[in-house]
Amino acid sequence: MSNEHKEWPLWEVFIRSKAGLDHKHAGSLHAADAQMAIENARDVYTRRMEGISIWVVESKHIHASNPEEADAFFDPAQDKIYRHPTFYNLPDELKHM
Amino acid sequence: MTQVSFEASFQKKIDEEIMIEPQDYMPDEYRKTLIRQISQHAHSEIVGMLPEANWITRAPSLRRKAVLLAKVQDEGGHGLYLYSAAETLGITRDQMLHQLHTGVAKYSSIFNYPTITWADMGAIGWLVDGAAIMNQVPLCRTSYGPYARAMVRVCKEESFHQRQGFEIMLNLSKGTPVQKQMAQDALNRWWAPALMMFGPLDAVSPNTAKSMEWRIKRFTNDELRQRFIDVTVDQIRLLGLALPDENIKWNEERGHYDSSELNWDEFWNVVKGNGPCNKERLATRVKAWEDGAWVREAASAYAEKRKTKKAA
Amino acid sequence: MSSVTTLKYTLQLADNVLIMGQRLAALCGKGPILEQDIALTNISLDQIGQARSLYQYAATIVNNMSVADKAQLFNAPLLQEKINNKLSITEDDLAYLRDAWDYRNCLLVEQENGDWAYTVARSFFFDRFQYLLYTAMLKSTDSTLAAIAEKSLKEVQYHIKWASEWVIRLGDGTDISKEKMQQALQARWEYTGEMFTMNELEKEAYNIGIGVDVSQLQQTYQQQIETIVQEAGLQMPTAAWMQTGGKNGVHTEHLGYILAEMQYLQRAYPNMEW
Ligand SMILES: [Fe+2]
Ligand SMILES: [Fe+2]
Repeated sequence: MSNEHKEWPLWEVFIRSKAGLDHKHAGSLHAADAQMAIENARDVYTRRMEGISIWVVESKHIHASNPEEADAFFDPAQDKIYRHPTFYNLPDELKHM
Repeated sequence: MTQVSFEASFQKKIDEEIMIEPQDYMPDEYRKTLIRQISQHAHSEIVGMLPEANWITRAPSLRRKAVLLAKVQDEGGHGLYLYSAAETLGITRDQMLHQLHTGVAKYSSIFNYPTITWADMGAIGWLVDGAAIMNQVPLCRTSYGPYARAMVRVCKEESFHQRQGFEIMLNLSKGTPVQKQMAQDALNRWWAPALMMFGPLDAVSPNTAKSMEWRIKRFTNDELRQRFIDVTVDQIRLLGLALPDENIKWNEERGHYDSSELNWDEFWNVVKGNGPCNKERLATRVKAWEDGAWVREAASAYAEKRKTKKAA
Repeated sequence: MSSVTTLKYTLQLADNVLIMGQRLAALCGKGPILEQDIALTNISLDQIGQARSLYQYAATIVNNMSVADKAQLFNAPLLQEKINNKLSITEDDLAYLRDAWDYRNCLLVEQENGDWAYTVARSFFFDRFQYLLYTAMLKSTDSTLAAIAEKSLKEVQYHIKWASEWVIRLGDGTDISKEKMQQALQARWEYTGEMFTMNELEKEAYNIGIGVDVSQLQQTYQQQIETIVQEAGLQMPTAAWMQTGGKNGVHTEHLGYILAEMQYLQRAYPNMEW
């Protein structure tokens, strides 16, 4: 029956869609171990040629920032627009930068 | 923050169309409603595999066989994405399956109707997936992040489902007289059940108002059902088939098609488990799950052994 | 005549993957867990895809033959009728209109799915063979067969990984799974010998350079199977007698039922487009 036995753990799947791009979260799935998780990810999340590389990590190992601290965490970055390249007003004639 | 301010900021996010994420505060009722809706949706995907899986081994050409197999497999994937979305709300997949297997959880009633001829594969893809898409597209912008993202993936994959179904219907309609008859028969049988997929009339639908407020739902049952009728009537004409309901008439004033009142008595009876295939569908799912128990256990045991071997 | 040999050889290859794919397709929606349901369907889809490429090639060969030659090829009345009416033959005609005695798949692939261990055992034995076969077929003088082998090989590599890992997992899992896996290996092993016994067609195909000498693959096969079986902590299965016949059209009773189900629409409503 369904609840007597321990469920296969949950894994988060990250997929690199093509060379040069970062791995991106694709979804999650269940698997008994890491090897099976990678293979299940291949079968479930790359059926339409969505990927060339797969990472999996057991969901319980993911640590997240606290949403209640979101203001303290992320607002200070808002006024640091000098980190963004569009902040700089440069002449249009300038190429290759 | 106090409870009151939590709730206020939650509602503010909803109103501003900001997505709610798993760790964010959410009212209990919102969480419960979501778990119910998402798991019901997931169950529908995997029970929904069965009436079509029926025909994979009998598909009339190798191309149709491959397409149907890929389509039914996709539905399994949809179930998987949706179970995963629900799991972020603090329920496990096993718990949800337990609810399904014990009859506590419901799934879409449409899958309790039998698939009798090959044309049913056409009618299901065209009408059932068509209705599902109409229900699902608005959910890509639903308020709960993991649900919305799962739906984006689902909707992307759904587009070929309806097309392959319509293509089957088109081939049959343009085929021999007996094939056309087969197509008409399937349309007649699946029409009303497909319309019932949009749920009961708004007037008697208890969950609609709150769900709309929370953006778990974005259009009412009646709105979506009408929209489906309007687009499908034109497709029936394109196929050259007879309308499955003699009361379908264009209503100039409303700018919509009128149609017969549905048999809600039948609807509620199928929901209650009295449909032609309720028992069989559930029994098939339960059997697959129970037959698989020793397999799942073996894989866990093996993983455990390897872990200790590595550690040693 | 070499085109007849190529045709029949291609059909034998096609029948194997079609029947295997058909068997696995029947499990769609009934797997032990969603993720594995999807994995199994992927394998089935690969095999049906391979079958389609092979039947399409076979159909081309038939369509390029002279009317007199074509007339000799098939017993099946519906196929005969098409040829007599000078209609061209399609992949579906070859899959759907030939009867059990025309089918040349090995007995292994038509065996029942059974429980998960039986399903795994059959795939384990078949996929290993396919891997060695396709690898050798890369050198076929028939460029189409070589190309199909090359494409299929990538798929089969994944299939053998999947099946081998399940043999190990079940063998080294619980007591119950170990017993079931051992039993399944034992029950299916007697169908493996046939794959390596050259029939007349295979000899001919090998002689003209398009086919593979399967008897040369047996030793490697045995070793590769043994390695996995050992890693799984299981006993190598034994057989007092190897069953044969499928490759010569003498099948187990299962095939008749498989075809009855698979072909019924084409037979109940002949000559229609679907
Ligand atoms: Fe779906
Ligand atoms: Fe679908």
